[in-house]
Amino acid sequence: MVDEKITIGVLALQGAFFEHAQMLKHFNVEVREIRQKKDLKGIFGLIIPGGESTTMSILMKKQSFRDELIKIIKNGLPVFGTCAGAILLSKKIKGNKSSEGLSLMNIEIERNAYGGQLDSFEEDVVLNLNDEKKRFHAIFIRAPKIIDVSENVDVLSRNSRNEIIMAREKNMLVATFHPELTSGLAVHEYFIQMCGRFTQKP
Amino acid sequence: MKKNTQTLKRGLARMLKGGVIMDVVTREHAKIAEEAGACAVMALERVPSDIRKDGGVARMSDPQLIKNIKKAVSIPVMAKVRIGHFVEAQVIESLGIDYIDESEVLTPADEKFHIDKAKFNIPFVCGATNLGEALRRISEGATMIRTKGEAGTGNVVEAVRHARTLFGEIEELKYGAEKTLKEYARQQRVPYELVKEVAETGKLPVVNFAAGGIATPADAALMMQLGLDGVFVGSGIFKASDPVKRGKAIVKAVTHFHEPEIIARVSENLGEAMESKEIKDLDTRYAERGW
Repeated sequence: MVDEKITIGVLALQGAFFEHAQMLKHFNVEVREIRQKKDLKGIFGLIIPGGESTTMSILMKKQSFRDELIKIIKNGLPVFGTCAGAILLSKKIKGNKSSEGLSLMNIEIERNAYGGQLDSFEEDVVLNLNDEKKRFHAIFIRAPKIIDVSENVDVLSRNSRNEIIMAREKNMLVATFHPELTSGLAVHEYFIQMCGRFTQKP
Repeated sequence: MKKNTQTLKRGLARMLKGGVIMDVVTREHAKIAEEAGACAVMALERVPSDIRKDGGVARMSDPQLIKNIKKAVSIPVMAKVRIGHFVEAQVIESLGIDYIDESEVLTPADEKFHIDKAKFNIPFVCGATNLGEALRRISEGATMIRTKGEAGTGNVVEAVRHARTLFGEIEELKYGAEKTLKEYARQQRVPYELVKEVAETGKLPVVNFAAGGIATPADAALMMQLGLDGVFVGSGIFKASDPVKRGKAIVKAVTHFHEPEIIARVSENLGEAMESKEIKDLDTRYAERGW
């Protein structure tokens, strides 16, 4: 049997995409930066990095690209959004009439929920991944807050204030913190397992 | 729970990568910048080309103006303080914005010392014309670096020079023996550990943006292809004839910096760029401020 490496895409419109790509290099996968529709072909997973969600949503406005992203995620492509990426995936953004991003996941999120940079923080948290508890150092930078999740969403972690910081709904995973800025690989490992189980439709 | 750590300060700059930070002088500008896709705004009273024109002492902006701009947008807000003016920095920090630029575009307040940035909770970005200068700023606590370029000129040549100089010096260090690195650290008055880290990784330990003279989408993409992490555009957007269109175009050019067809498309019918200047005709070269 040929052991072919799967390709994971990292949305590279703006933000910390390089840092995610560096994390993926610890695993046996190919990494591809995604900027246009044509880059999406053949990927087994997609990371939407931290950055500025308004900037990314503007750069995503090109209809054919946005539509394709929505289509493949609806078809089951594993996707992992960190911080701004989580905002772009959520169906409801507090204070916004319309979702500015892809609007796919049944969660409500509040942008800059802790305030500005002076309120950014880091702390140790516990992640519940595959029925296993893992300690993880979580970095929150001008972070959003997941303020509501619907029934079919699994909460994978809460911080010391009992706020939801990581959640999953089927093929969609979100975190309000930045695993790509630490040396901890647990979150990326969990996501790659999701990608490994994905079978592409012809 | 920890706040204001190096990781968090450097981390915010990482979130700005691949983006455009735009100078804005009003709330309206700030909104336009956000809608054009800026990843952050620099709030100030006058853009560099006006500071050049007006002459006199350029200081930090009115706190009320900065607060108004902060209220108008959800993206990060930065503001400039004079080199060495640590009280201006204290004032700006108290406004709760996201980053301070200790900037040579304003008139320096201290001829000997830059701000002791490590003492502050708010992160700092500083300009540099070469590696030694960048490392001195980092050792003082800067968590983001930018080229100085020559602000307010619409002339990219100085930003290119500063970027090439810095990257060239890093290349040289990469092959340096321990003795060479120690000698370099001594000459440049920076910690040996910092020099060693740069020599080992082949890059600065912080995000490094282009700034000073960027006026067109092609200028921005040029800086990205040279290896910078993102760009500041000062006078280049709001001194152009169509700021919205130019702002959007520069944002797209930074994302798609290696796709000439896209840069061509966004460069069509942009209208007049800002009024530009030859470097040799300048009365004051901002890049010479600071050391």
